[in-house]
Amino acid sequence: MAILSLAGKSLWNRRLTSALVVLSIALSVALLLGVERLRTQARASFANTLSGTDLIVGARGSPLNLLLYSVFRIGDPTNNVSWRSYQTFAAHPQVAWTVPLSLGDSHQGFPVLGTTEAYFQHYRHGRNQSLRFAEGREFTDVFDAVLGAAVADRLGYSPGQSIVIAHGVGAVSFALHDDKPFQVVGILARTGTPVDQTVHISLDGMEAIHADWFGGAPIPGLRLSPEQVRQLDLTPKTITAFLVGLHSKTTIFRMQREINTFAGEPLLAILPGLTLQQLWDLMGLAENALLVVSGLVVLVGLTVMLAALLTGLNERRREMAILRAVGARPGHIFALVLGESLVLALVGATLGVLLLQGGLLVAGPLLEARLGLAIAGWPPSRHELLLLAAVLGCGLLAGLLPAWRAYRYSLADGMTLRL
Amino acid sequence: MPETAADLSTMPPAVAITGLRFRWRANQPWVLDIPTFHLANGERLFLAGPSGSGKSTLLALIAGISRPAEGRVTVLGAELTTRSGPARDRFRADHLGVIFQLFNLLPYLSVSDNVTLPCRFSTRRRARAEAAAGSVAAEARRLLAHLGMDEPGLVRRPAAELSVGQQQRVAAARALIGGPDLIVADEPTSALDTDRRLDFVDLLRQECASVGAALLFVSHDRTLADRFDRVAELPALNRAPSAG
Ligand SMILES: Nc1ncnc2c1ncn2[C@@H]1O[C@H](COP(=O)(O)OP(=O)(O)OP(=O)(O)O)[C@@H](O)[C@H]1O
Ligand SMILES: [Mg+2]
Repeated sequence: MAILSLAGKSLWNRRLTSALVVLSIALSVALLLGVERLRTQARASFANTLSGTDLIVGARGSPLNLLLYSVFRIGDPTNNVSWRSYQTFAAHPQVAWTVPLSLGDSHQGFPVLGTTEAYFQHYRHGRNQSLRFAEGREFTDVFDAVLGAAVADRLGYSPGQSIVIAHGVGAVSFALHDDKPFQVVGILARTGTPVDQTVHISLDGMEAIHADWFGGAPIPGLRLSPEQVRQLDLTPKTITAFLVGLHSKTTIFRMQREINTFAGEPLLAILPGLTLQQLWDLMGLAENALLVVSGLVVLVGLTVMLAALLTGLNERRREMAILRAVGARPGHIFALVLGESLVLALVGATLGVLLLQGGLLVAGPLLEARLGLAIAGWPPSRHELLLLAAVLGCGLLAGLLPAWRAYRYSLADGMTLRL
Repeated sequence: MPETAADLSTMPPAVAITGLRFRWRANQPWVLDIPTFHLANGERLFLAGPSGSGKSTLLALIAGISRPAEGRVTVLGAELTTRSGPARDRFRADHLGVIFQLFNLLPYLSVSDNVTLPCRFSTRRRARAEAAAGSVAAEARRLLAHLGMDEPGLVRRPAAELSVGQQQRVAAARALIGGPDLIVADEPTSALDTDRRLDFVDLLRQECASVGAALLFVSHDRTLADRFDRVAELPALNRAPSAG
C-alpha cells in the first residue's frame, strides 16, 4: 500500500533514533534469549554430569548430600562404607560393575579421588560418553596420578610432574603427605563435569599415604618410606561411596531396596538422574529470578521504543497534517505509527536473535572450554519462539498508545500545522 | 443552489455554504457563524481577514477535515456535512488541492515524490495524471516545468534541500496534480519576498485556469487582491465576534 513505502521512508529519515531503538530492543531480546538458552542448556548439561550409572551407594544420610559429595565433591560424607559391604555388592549377581570412590584429600585445593581402573572404564557423562585421555595413560603404580583437564590446565602440569597430596580438603593445608609424592601419568580430556577438577589416584595409593597416619595426623615416631609401604597390604578398610551398574535396568528399584535395607551396615542407594533433578529444582528460584530480570530488560527496551515514538510524534504532527491534507485518513495515520512500532520491534527482535547467534559463535567455544557448557545456537526452541512472539506482541501493544495519540492529533489539528 | 443533473453544462458551484456554525469546543464561543458563502465553479477568490478571524478554520471545514456543528457545506455539489470522516477524506483526496503557508513538503521525500503524493491516496487523481502525461512522474515534471522548476536533477532532490520559494512552487504542483476541481491555499505567499509573491500568485492563477480549478486563496496581503476575480472579507461574512 501507498502508506507502507511512506512509513519506510519516514523511518529512514529518523534512522539514528530508530537505530538506537532497534539496538536497545535487539540487546534486550538477545539477553532474554541468551538467559533462556543458558538456563535450559545448563539444566541439560547438569543432568548429564553422570550417566550410565544405575545407583550411587554411600553411608546412610541425605540423598542430596550423597550426590553432592560423591559426584560434585562438595561437602563431606557423614560416614564411610566398609570394604566388606562394598565387596558384598560388587559380587552381587545382579551387579555388572562397581566403581569405588574414596575422598578426603586434596592437591592445591583440587579434590583427590581414590578409585580403581574400573572408573576409567565405567564412568560416563553426557550422552553416554566415556572418559578419554588427552595425554598419558591410566594409573598402574601405587604412586601414579591421573589429572582432570582443569587441574592440569590451571596448574600447568604435564605427565612426569611430581605432586604432593595434602591431607584434608582445604585450599591451604599444613598436613602434607610430602614424604610420598605422586607422579602424573595421565591427563583426561575435558568433560565439563567435576571430573575435570579432580586428581585421580588408585585406592592403593590412597591407602599408602595414610598407612602411617591415624585420626588425621601422622603417628608420632612411625615413618614409613614409599618402599616400605609398597610391602604392606594396601586393601582399604573403608571407602566413601561406590557407583553401581546393573545387568538389567529393571532391577534398579529392587536393588535399591536391597541396599537400603542391608543388614550389615546402614547404607543408602540413590538414582543419580532423579537426585540430580531434585538438586536442580532446588536452584529453580535463582533460575526464575534470572528469567524475570531479563524479562524486565525487555520491558526497558520496549519502553525506550515507546518514549522514542512519543517524542517523535510531536515533531511529526506536521508530517501528519500534510498527509491528511492530501487525503490520508486518520486510520492511515494510526496504521503509520503502529506499523512503525511493529517494524521496530520486528527488526529489533530479528537483530537480537542474530546477535545471540553471533555471540554464541564467538563465546560458545570459550564457554565450552572454560565451563564445559556446550551451548547449541540453532535452531531456537519452541519456548524461545513463544518468547519472541511475546516480545513482538508487547511491541505492538507499546505502539498502540502513540498510534492512538497520532490519530487524535490528526483529527484535532485540522488544517493548522502545529510546530 | 439550483442545479439540474441532466444539464451537464451547468456544473455545481465549487463551494456553497449555508447557515454554518463552528466552534472548536462545545463550551467555547462560535468561531464561525456564516449565513451564506459561495464560490463559483472556476472562480478565483481572494479571502482576506485579520489573524485569528477564522480563515484557516473555514478552509478546514471546506476541505472536510473539520465538521460544522450546524449548517451545510457543499463542495462541488457534494454535501460534506452528511458524509462520514473517511468519505470526506476520500473526497478531499479526489477533488481538492491544499497549499499551506509553510512546510508543505515531507522532507524525506524527493521533489517528485512530494508532487505525486496525492496520487497515492486517490486513484482518480492518479488516473487523470497518467492520462495527461503518460505517467504520474511525467505529469509531476510537466507541472514543475510550468511553475518554472525545470532545472535538471531537481525532481530527484530531497525536498528538504529546496529554498522556501521553490518549496511553495512544489506545493503548488502537488495541489494541481491529477486535475483537482478546487485549490485551497492558506497564506501560501507569506514566507516569500514581494517579487516572488506576485510571481507565485500569477503562476498559481494560470495553472488553476488551465486545469479549470476554482481557487480559494487566503491571505492578509491585500497587494495581491487585484489578481483575483473577486475579493471577500471574512469578518463581513462571519457573524461570530472575532477573537483576533
Ligand atoms: N486546533 C484548534 N483548536 C482550538 N482552537 C483553535 C484551533 N485552531 C484555531 N483555533 C482558534 O480558532 C480561531 C480561528 O483560528 P484560525 O487559525 O482559523 O485563524 P486565522 O484567520 O487562520 O488566523 P491567521 O491569519 O493567524 O492564520 C482562533 O481564535 C484560534 O485560537
Ligand atoms: Mg491561518
